[in-house]
Amino acid sequence: MTKREYLEKDYRDALSKYLAEQTEQALYLGQKISKSAMESDISPEEIISIHQNALKQIFPELSKDEMHALDFLLEVMLEYGVAFRELQSLRHQQRELKSEMEIATNVQQTLLGTNIPVIDNLDIGAISVPAKHMSGDYFHFVEDEHKRVAVAIADIIGKGIPAALCMSMIKYAMDSLPENRTSPASVLESINRVVEQNVDSSMFITMFYGLYDPSNHIFTYASAGHEPGFFYDYQENEFKELTARGLLLGVDKRTMYKQYERKIEVGDMIILLSDGVTECRTNEGFIERDTLVELIQDSIHLDAQSIVNNLYKKLEKMQHFQLRDDFTLIIIRRKF
Amino acid sequence: MMSTQSYVKILNEWDIVAARQVGRNVAKELGFGTVDQARITTTISELARNIYLYAGQGEICIEKLWDNGRTGLRIIAEDKGPGISDIRRVMEDGYTTSGGLGAGLPGVKRLMDEFDIDSEVGVGTKITTIKWIR
Repeated sequence: MTKREYLEKDYRDALSKYLAEQTEQALYLGQKISKSAMESDISPEEIISIHQNALKQIFPELSKDEMHALDFLLEVMLEYGVAFRELQSLRHQQRELKSEMEIATNVQQTLLGTNIPVIDNLDIGAISVPAKHMSGDYFHFVEDEHKRVAVAIADIIGKGIPAALCMSMIKYAMDSLPENRTSPASVLESINRVVEQNVDSSMFITMFYGLYDPSNHIFTYASAGHEPGFFYDYQENEFKELTARGLLLGVDKRTMYKQYERKIEVGDMIILLSDGVTECRTNEGFIERDTLVELIQDSIHLDAQSIVNNLYKKLEKMQHFQLRDDFTLIIIRRKF
Repeated sequence: MMSTQSYVKILNEWDIVAARQVGRNVAKELGFGTVDQARITTTISELARNIYLYAGQGEICIEKLWDNGRTGLRIIAEDKGPGISDIRRVMEDGYTTSGGLGAGLPGVKRLMDEFDIDSEVGVGTKITTIKWIR
């Protein structure tokens, strides 16, 4: 017997049972048949035909009119059958796309992998979560031979695949910077020229670059239109904006960036973020920077990695677990 | 391979019904079951509708086929309309159905056993499709 013949028999038996006793159990059999029919790719119009055949066998004296009515129903259901098959094929395509996407995500993860430097007197925490599969946020740490820590954070406006492709370029541009070029302003100027030459003018990229020197605890930084971070003053127990002005990357190849400096005292923190953090949309609208500060304040007694993790968890919950933009948050704290 | 043919000219919407009727009669004569009859007539409907909507006029040819002990029905839809510039696109799932155009060509392909399309912009389109009796 073919699958279809088995199904015909099961259908007839279940229908007879239901006609005899009208129990919930017989109806449950019906549900099971519909499941197995779908597994065997039996389309809706075939079910009508199976029903029609079963009726013919159970009631040989059934009227022509009733049979004709079922013929009509079969014709009407045919278009649904076509849609059913199309859906199956689309589902298959979707699975393929999904696995392709997973591979691309892994490639990106490998490409962008960065190690958080371990420096005696610094406590560093970082988290980066893409809104979709692939991220348009970039962050990277580099430790040089003088134990200085460079931190880069970039945000491509937009998300998903286009942003991810664009971000790979930033990564290569960073990797091919001359080794002596470490001052934040000149790094941004180099990257800006690469972006200006290679990126479509509809793409916007913001970037922040900072250099922490543990020998004198001076943090030097520059920003290309990037979401301003925070500076936490431990003595005053106060959060201040880490303001830095500068044009977005790729707008004008001759852009010069202004460089800023800040002395970091024991317990102070530098908080860097992408706009996915500040543009968290909750029921009450965008999250206020004050709220962010309060949330950081709640876990300020913890280590840097726990603070960023906790903040992400809280914001994820506030947005009902739907990230609208890629989310990156970095905290650097001077321990002693 | 042997065949006998019937032609229906498609000039207006009523000709779609006429083509369906010919297809139905031939499918019944050949001994197709009710589900396959419905698939064949739906296919004819779709192809005839495409001619009526996009080419203005054309022809549906319905043939009985005997080949190596198999019996089948072949539908050829031919028009001298604008042609299709991107066949891959119209054969994509979700392309026509989203515009409310019914089964569309991928749907027709699934309803039938064999499907072939030739089209040239400015010359016309020829679609050939076969259903075999199981």
